[in-house]
Amino acid sequence: MTDRPLQGSVRPKPQKVVAEAAAATEPQPGPARPAVRRVGDTVYGGLTFAASLSIFAIILWIAWKLTEQSLPTIRAYGFRFVTGTEWDEVKGVFGVWPFIFGTLYSSFIALVLAVPISLGAAIFLSELAPRWIRTPVTFLIELLAAIPSVIYGLWGIFILLPFLREKVMQPILNSPLPNLPGVSGMFQGYGVGPSMLAAGVILAIMIIPFITAVSRDILRAIPRAQREASYGMGATQWETIQRVVVPYAKSGIIGAVILGLGRAFGETMAVTMVIGNQTPSNPFALFEPGYTMSSALANKFTEASPGLHTAALIEVGLVLFVVAILVNIVARVLVFYTAKDIQGGR
Amino acid sequence: MSLTDTDEVAVAPPEVRASGNGANPETPPDSKIRADKVDFFYGSFQALKNINLDIPERRVTALIGPSGCGKSTFLRTINRMNELIDGTRLTGKITLDGQDLYDRRVDVVNLRKRVGMVFQKPNPFPMSIFDNIAYGPRIHGTKNRKALNEIVERTLHQAALWDEVKDQLKKSAFALSGGQQQRLCIARVLAVQPEVVLMDEPASALDPNSTFRIEQLIDELKTEYTIVIVTHNMQQAARISDFTGFFLRGEMKEFGATDKMFTNPDQKETEDYIRGRFG
Repeated sequence: MTDRPLQGSVRPKPQKVVAEAAAATEPQPGPARPAVRRVGDTVYGGLTFAASLSIFAIILWIAWKLTEQSLPTIRAYGFRFVTGTEWDEVKGVFGVWPFIFGTLYSSFIALVLAVPISLGAAIFLSELAPRWIRTPVTFLIELLAAIPSVIYGLWGIFILLPFLREKVMQPILNSPLPNLPGVSGMFQGYGVGPSMLAAGVILAIMIIPFITAVSRDILRAIPRAQREASYGMGATQWETIQRVVVPYAKSGIIGAVILGLGRAFGETMAVTMVIGNQTPSNPFALFEPGYTMSSALANKFTEASPGLHTAALIEVGLVLFVVAILVNIVARVLVFYTAKDIQGGR
Repeated sequence: MSLTDTDEVAVAPPEVRASGNGANPETPPDSKIRADKVDFFYGSFQALKNINLDIPERRVTALIGPSGCGKSTFLRTINRMNELIDGTRLTGKITLDGQDLYDRRVDVVNLRKRVGMVFQKPNPFPMSIFDNIAYGPRIHGTKNRKALNEIVERTLHQAALWDEVKDQLKKSAFALSGGQQQRLCIARVLAVQPEVVLMDEPASALDPNSTFRIEQLIDELKTEYTIVIVTHNMQQAARISDFTGFFLRGEMKEFGATDKMFTNPDQKETEDYIRGRFG
């Protein structure tokens, strides 16, 4: 029970506000403004334009420098750099595919774990939770997103790795599960701790707050009229959430998930601390150490010798850059088409 | 017919009830909904004060009054829509066919099947025209495609929309015009086969031509449904309603046959409002 009156007349009336705002910006009769004002407008416009242009410039600059610095390996290996599966500095063989796969695989594990939890939390916070739960939990989730990743990494080393070893990896390795056909590749290895699984779990924990917070905002933004229409026909809360609220929010939720995926792709510190940093014998093995592009970069750069080796690492950065851009483009297209689907494709 | 029933039988088809519809306003029709000493609160704010009224069956009853007078609040107590807002409270009694709507045993899902609602702004779901209308029947258990086809065609005919959309049922409802969307929303409510249709300023967001279509539609629907409509537009109330209730500051000042209310009201405040002296 709140003491705040929720009567109709107290609620904001958007149409009226818009009308008033429009009236306020209409040109006032009177003497023409002095030309000095227009110079101010030009300067202001120019400054904001320059600010937005600088973002472009930075991206192009990064792309150009990455390309320029990796030219030696691009010339030497061409596309084999991306498809090659062996990376050996000593022999001078640089194939980056295991790192690319590690990035995609660990991010995929993270999404599989994080999406159901995030959606559940977002639906609870937006549709079901009473206010006294909603406010503190929302705050906690936003706090979770603000923790520096090195702290997640430390927590991963001292809490998550022992936990996964004792409670997940060893029990599964001792069970008949690894012998089942089809999944055997996933449950190979010694299961000592640092692993692809640990990377996926830590990434999931890191992106849950993002996906939850954004999805919750999207669900909250759904017009009240949509819910009322459903309840008005005798729908239950569950039916309303499942058939009206979530479909309405679909494209926004996909966007939220992609945002989380983008973060998982680039995350370096926490992953480097728990993934073990070795090229796995079987790329699908969950319990064996692995590599992602960013963890490989972080690990190898300090010992890189000038020349081809350094150029190869910079090209890893270039590939990560390109992969991230590609995923973002795909995400945009996906959101565009689901939104169009909802709006009726006029 | 009981609100506490959970089966489909709880809703009689409108054809059964359509018999004996006297168009003669002189004979007092049966009361469908009765409000008895209804007080309603948003938190500590009292929005309705001692509302007593009888809404007659298969007639159009208009609720008029200035903004914030409580007419919409009252409308939304009839299908318990106000319960969706935190911190609301109702005392007194509202009955539908003699049954207390706020009795603890009443299943609100069944109540809202019998009392449908059309809102101020058209609010179709982001789905196809067909799926919008099939929404209600589907959640209430109709899965059969043929039955759904029949419901969609029948209700679109009832809502005078069939000829305009029959070739594009798979198209998104958002592609329709505002007036078409509102008629779609009416068809969507009719698909649940309600007995009462509540309308909360259903034409206020529409152009004059669409408003005219909606008013025509209301006139046709009253042979089968009990209609309660909240409106800001007094000409509209005069044109379409059989009975009118005048609300002011949370109280119902006057209730009576529309003809009398608009020509010779008992209360001075009613006359002042109808003559446009305030509100």
